[in-house]
Amino acid sequence: MGTLGNLSYRVKVPLALSAVIVVASAILAAVLGAQIYADARRDLLANAESLGRTLARALTPAMLRDDVWQAYETIVAPLAGETADDSGRRSITVVDADGNIYASSDPARFPMLAPAKQALGAAVDKLVSSGDEKSPRIVEDTAGKAILVAVPIVADDGTRLGSVVISYSQDVFLPRFLTTAERVILSTLVALVALVPIGWWFGRRMAGPLVGLAGAMRRVGEAPPTELAQGLHRSGDEIGQLGTRFEQMLVELEGKQRLEREIVAADRLAAIGRLTAGTAHEINNPLAGMLTAIDTARKHGEPDPISASTLSLVERGLQQIRHSVSALLVEARFEARALTPQDLDDVRTLLEPEAATRQQTLNWESHLDRAVPLPSTPTRQILINLILNAIQAAGLGGTVSCRIQADEAQMSFEIRNDGRSIPAELMEHLFEPFSSGTEGGSGLGLWVTYQIVEQLRGTIRVRSGPPETEFAVALPLGAAA
Amino acid sequence: MNDEHPLRLSRRRFCAAALGLAAVVPRVAFAASDAHIRIGTTSVILDNQVGFLHAWRDYLQPRLGRPVTFLQRGSYREVTSMLLGDELDFAWVCGYPYVRNRAAWELVALPNYGGKPLYRSYLIVPVTDISAKGFDVLAGKVFAYSDPDSNSGFLVPQFEMLRTGIYPPTHFRKTFFTYAHHKVVAAVADGVAQGGAVDGYVWETLALRSPELTRRTRVAHVSDEYGFPPMVARRSLDRATYVLFRDTLLSMPGDARGRELLKQLNLDGFLPPDDTQFAGIARVLDFVASRERLPT
Repeated sequence: MGTLGNLSYRVKVPLALSAVIVVASAILAAVLGAQIYADARRDLLANAESLGRTLARALTPAMLRDDVWQAYETIVAPLAGETADDSGRRSITVVDADGNIYASSDPARFPMLAPAKQALGAAVDKLVSSGDEKSPRIVEDTAGKAILVAVPIVADDGTRLGSVVISYSQDVFLPRFLTTAERVILSTLVALVALVPIGWWFGRRMAGPLVGLAGAMRRVGEAPPTELAQGLHRSGDEIGQLGTRFEQMLVELEGKQRLEREIVAADRLAAIGRLTAGTAHEINNPLAGMLTAIDTARKHGEPDPISASTLSLVERGLQQIRHSVSALLVEARFEARALTPQDLDDVRTLLEPEAATRQQTLNWESHLDRAVPLPSTPTRQILINLILNAIQAAGLGGTVSCRIQADEAQMSFEIRNDGRSIPAELMEHLFEPFSSGTEGGSGLGLWVTYQIVEQLRGTIRVRSGPPETEFAVALPLGAAA
Repeated sequence: MNDEHPLRLSRRRFCAAALGLAAVVPRVAFAASDAHIRIGTTSVILDNQVGFLHAWRDYLQPRLGRPVTFLQRGSYREVTSMLLGDELDFAWVCGYPYVRNRAAWELVALPNYGGKPLYRSYLIVPVTDISAKGFDVLAGKVFAYSDPDSNSGFLVPQFEMLRTGIYPPTHFRKTFFTYAHHKVVAAVADGVAQGGAVDGYVWETLALRSPELTRRTRVAHVSDEYGFPPMVARRSLDRATYVLFRDTLLSMPGDARGRELLKQLNLDGFLPPDDTQFAGIARVLDFVASRERLPT
């Protein structure tokens, strides 16, 4: 049972269907066989009785005249043409009124004048002994494995002259039965040859969706959910419902996984932010002191040329450090001025030449028709950073689209480009400082953008994959004020 | 033939006038008006040979100048009584009925069987019986005769038994008649009877035609030679018809068609009538009649 239980439904269902077909065919064949046997027997006995009546009538004059040869010719005639094989199975014997054999179609086995009881078996007694019986009788001689049909030979005045006994060996049915049974079995086999492949095919077809579902479930975690969902059977039946439900679970799972990734990324960015801010403050304090000291040394000391050049070198280095640190340390200056549609037009005016130099199309779609309560400078910086990145990514002759809209609750930007997609390994660390592989970039553009969005309590999302990459920013209105 | 019509007319008048004469007149009128030559056959040759008799009829008709009808009957007795009753003109009968009816019948021709008009009676037993050489060991068995009026199939075996001190009526447990020689062969071959008396010529002819039947029998005893069943005519037959028929039979070996028919009969031809050939049968009949109360 265990091994059978472990079999795939791909095998089990066709196997079960085939088994049902085979069993049904076998039952059908058996029922037909039994019917054939019963029919053969009934026909045989009916024929025997009818033959017996005919013979009894024909034998009456021969018996009256004691014409043995006439009697013999009469009973041999129906058997003419039978093969030697058949003749052993069927014999016709005339028994006289005294219970002795008068004539037999098989004189060797049933010699003339021998007692019928001795030759034909005890059963014959029941058939021929009772003198008053005028109707045919059928007796099965189980010992001799024969069926005896006896028809009395009666003179016109009703005197019983004897009986015709037609004896069939039990296996006389066998050839008749076998011939027909062979035909039934043959037809059944032909039907099976046709039906079993249909059953097999049908079974596989039925099991297919289940097997597909099981396969998809087994590969959860190995393949992307969208790919898993592709091969599923879609219908209203139970397996179809399972498939639909499974697909929903895959979608939910994917959402959950994305959310987890986002949380991890956000946590990491927050940690990096804190680290960066802390480090920047720690650096900025001594840095300011050092720069002041160099300035003082320049103004009040009289350094020799070598010292002067050294001081200059050190100052440039420190200035670079300050520059980098201040870039890392994003501190949005929240001035009171709200963002106006004019600000956005300025951004467009500023960036259009940049796009033009790369022969790009800049689709600008702004639905802002009023001032919104967002600090204009950082908001513009977000927009500029993202559009510049997009222009960078779109490459020569590409297309960059910018869509801006605002409602009561929030303002959103969607910046798209049709350039190369962002590699998956980069996506994880996209907003981290110095993660960008872009040539010529500082590696801080997205970091700064992220920091500003964070400070404005907004969200930023990236979706990248052929044919385009999209950055979507949503900023709540009035939250930062 | 031309003077037969007035007789026929007179018959009608007679029938109308006197019913008493009607019983006599029809026979005369029938015999005189019937243009057919009627020949009776028995199982002295293989009977049930309808095709052969048709061929023989077609052979005889142009030669006799008259239509020929062959009549077959179930037993010798019927053919005998038909010939005696002038219902037949000729009949191929057994020597035994001939000897008993010599006064009414006239020999026409004797079949030439192997150069002689003679044949024998065979005692046959099933081929499984390898010991029997005569009737003695068949005591208490079932025995098949062909016909009570047959020489080879009844009279000769009676004679053979009586001659050796066997009393036929009680010797066997049961006897029966098959009314045809070849059926005696079948009865013995099938094992219905353990012995049978059969015309030797018929057995030999069967051995040629149906060897599978005779092979199942064995000839246990062969009798002396007796006169072959002859072709006879009623004495009342007109001479011209008698002579024409006799000469036609005697001349059969002279043409191809006749030889072909004789070949089918397994005969060489016909020999002229010779009553002395039947002396043997007459002696046997006398002997048997003296021991038993057989009709003479």
